[in-house]
Amino acid sequence: MEVKTAGFKEVSTAETLKVSGAEAVIKSLLAEGVEVMYGYPGGAIMPVYDEIFKYKGQIEHVLTRHEQGAAHAAQGYARVTGKVGVAIATSGPGATNLITGIADAHIDSTPMVCITGQVGSHLLGSDAFQEIDIVGLSTPITKWNYQITKASEIPEVLARAFYIARSGRPGPVLIDITKDAQFESLDFSYKKCSGIRSYTPYPEVNLLQVERAAQAINNAKKPMIVFGQGVILGSAEKLLKEVVEKTGIPAAWTILGLSALETDHPLNVGMVGMHGNYAPNILTNECDVLIAIGMRFDDRVTGDLNTYAKQATIIHFEIDPAEVNKNVHAHIPVLGDVKQTLKLLLEFLQPKSHDQWHNKFRELHSTEYEKIIKNDLSASEGKIKMAEVLDEINTVSKGDAIIVSDVGQHQMVACRYAKFNSSRSNVTSGGLGTMGFALPAAIGAKMGSPNRQVVAIIGDGGFQMTLQELATIYQMNVPVKIVVLNNNFLGMVRQWQQMFFEKRYASTEMVNPDFTGIAKAYHLTTRKISERSNLQEAVQEMLASDKPFFLEVEVEKEECVFPMITTGASVSDIRLE
Amino acid sequence: MEKKNYTVSVYTENNLGLLSRIAAIFLKRHINIESITVSQSEVHEVMRFIIIVEVTEEQVKKIVGQIEKQIEVIKAFYHKDEELIYQETALYKVRSSDFVEDFDIQSFIKKTNARIVTVSPNFFVIEKTGERHETESLYEKLKPYGLMQFVRSGTIAVSKNEMPISELLEKFNTSNTIQ
Ligand SMILES: Cc1ncc(C[n+]2csc(CCOP(=O)(O)OP(=O)(O)O)c2C)c(N)n1
Repeated sequence: MEVKTAGFKEVSTAETLKVSGAEAVIKSLLAEGVEVMYGYPGGAIMPVYDEIFKYKGQIEHVLTRHEQGAAHAAQGYARVTGKVGVAIATSGPGATNLITGIADAHIDSTPMVCITGQVGSHLLGSDAFQEIDIVGLSTPITKWNYQITKASEIPEVLARAFYIARSGRPGPVLIDITKDAQFESLDFSYKKCSGIRSYTPYPEVNLLQVERAAQAINNAKKPMIVFGQGVILGSAEKLLKEVVEKTGIPAAWTILGLSALETDHPLNVGMVGMHGNYAPNILTNECDVLIAIGMRFDDRVTGDLNTYAKQATIIHFEIDPAEVNKNVHAHIPVLGDVKQTLKLLLEFLQPKSHDQWHNKFRELHSTEYEKIIKNDLSASEGKIKMAEVLDEINTVSKGDAIIVSDVGQHQMVACRYAKFNSSRSNVTSGGLGTMGFALPAAIGAKMGSPNRQVVAIIGDGGFQMTLQELATIYQMNVPVKIVVLNNNFLGMVRQWQQMFFEKRYASTEMVNPDFTGIAKAYHLTTRKISERSNLQEAVQEMLASDKPFFLEVEVEKEECVFPMITTGASVSDIRLE
Repeated sequence: MEKKNYTVSVYTENNLGLLSRIAAIFLKRHINIESITVSQSEVHEVMRFIIIVEVTEEQVKKIVGQIEKQIEVIKAFYHKDEELIYQETALYKVRSSDFVEDFDIQSFIKKTNARIVTVSPNFFVIEKTGERHETESLYEKLKPYGLMQFVRSGTIAVSKNEMPISELLEKFNTSNTIQ
């Protein structure tokens, strides 16, 4: 065996069995508890597909209509379940089509294992038909990747792949398997990986730092929490809530932290960042202690770094040491899994209420309400506004739906207005902002969470990037609810053109097809509305249906999303118009 | 912040592809690698990268963080020049005819502890190991003679303080935490 075993810890031994490499792939996936994978066949991965055929009933394969769709579906599945999503593709173009999804999973820390077929090992480096150096291509966007050229490596490498994808700060792993390795036979036995000597997924917690953090929090007069997806990835939602409730500290969230704390929680003060809420953005520059939990100070959150929370003592709870002091200097970094560190922190925290400080949030919120929210939600004339659609979905779903949003204005509106009662309910492409993400991600989300309502909110632009997945929805009968908010524009880009390029609408206006006609051609139940008076009933019909449902809403063409922190501006210079 | 020479030392598993993973970290941040050397280390089956960059301390800290994050990287460090013993080797190929008669240069070579590696009727190969300014001054000295070839190795360095790699690996082998 070529793979070095020194330095890897394994648990559980099974009896050995002579199988092909391709069968070993499936057996390994089963051993990891994989129930479903998303993929697309082709020459270099055919031996594995042959085994997928034989193992029907034990493991499900969903044929998407594009490998990008497979990757996003795997992401959607991973985001709602917390399990590792699996995508599979052939060599060459199959593999390159996965790239966008892998990059998206990388930047949003989504656990995913991608398996690609590769030309036979004797052909490697010969520019053979459909040979692409996918390991080289995916290096900067994977947590780990590896090319298997011998069948005997398969169980061990896949065990490592799953371990790496799910542990610590999760991320995507790509395993490339040459065709001859799929045909070759091996003695199969599977041992789950439980450690790699060069890899420390969970940094050791320094109790002293936790105490220092607690002290700063206890002494704070105007503290503020900003939490991110780390809370969800670390399954620390309950702990976060306990911290928030015990200390009475207002808690704001990043786009990926959304749903970790229920929307209606009295201490939930909304979203930070470019299109976040007015109060938490402004008060970021007024708080005395900023407690960042499982978030990474993305530029869309911080705006201009030179004027970001300069007055505050910054406490950073973070699992990834490379994130500490990367963008914002942390006065008190607390390394570790938030599930561990928040638990320890709770012991040291004193009960507080911070009433006056809360009034500030309330005041600023009412300004936002008067200037923006009211108009967004209760317009009585003109075209339907995006926010009204979200509001109606909230009313009918009572905040129990999973909302999968695409990228653009509708995404910002969805995150601003959607209500959530439980965690892992907001699925969106945060770090990469990948148009075309939502439709396939919704498939994975619904399959991962079949008992919940899954609603995809998509723009007319993004919908056309992956709309072929309607066929997947039909073939697999995945009852997702698809809402296309049609403004006949690439709205978010148009907004920037309006604000910063004097309304020169270069290539943002779209002449669109008949969307419901398209959805009908894929045998979906559809509805299109353009009048406010039909909105409530249409949303009710959609959510009452137990089948996939397509709803097109014709919305205001030239709406702008506010508040907004313009690029390079300070969070406290957030604009209301 | 002021830019300085930093030596980044990386202990890794011997893994195909790690070089490009590490190089990509520099590429993404537009940081020029002044020199890079990969060799075996004092620990069995563990490789050591020595990478020289001219950056600010803040940058080098972030880079080390990103490098250490790579799965097969065991540990990464950065050092300033004064914390290291470091050397480079240079080879100079000169035409024998230019050289044989010149006692001045021959004595210079002796004085600088350079070594004549090869003597042939056509050319001499001289080797000099030392710090950058030493290989540089020999270069300047030989240049007027018309260097036929010149090459300098990457910097190799050992730190003055301990590198507790074996202990680190030992800790992994004895800890039973399974997460
Ligand atoms: C793949 C990809 N290409 C381009 C962009 C740049 N971009 C960001 S938002 C946007 C407009 C999206 O338009 P649409 O889907 O209609 O949604 P809207 O903003 O109108 O709600 C574009 C083009 C992107 N984010 N992703």
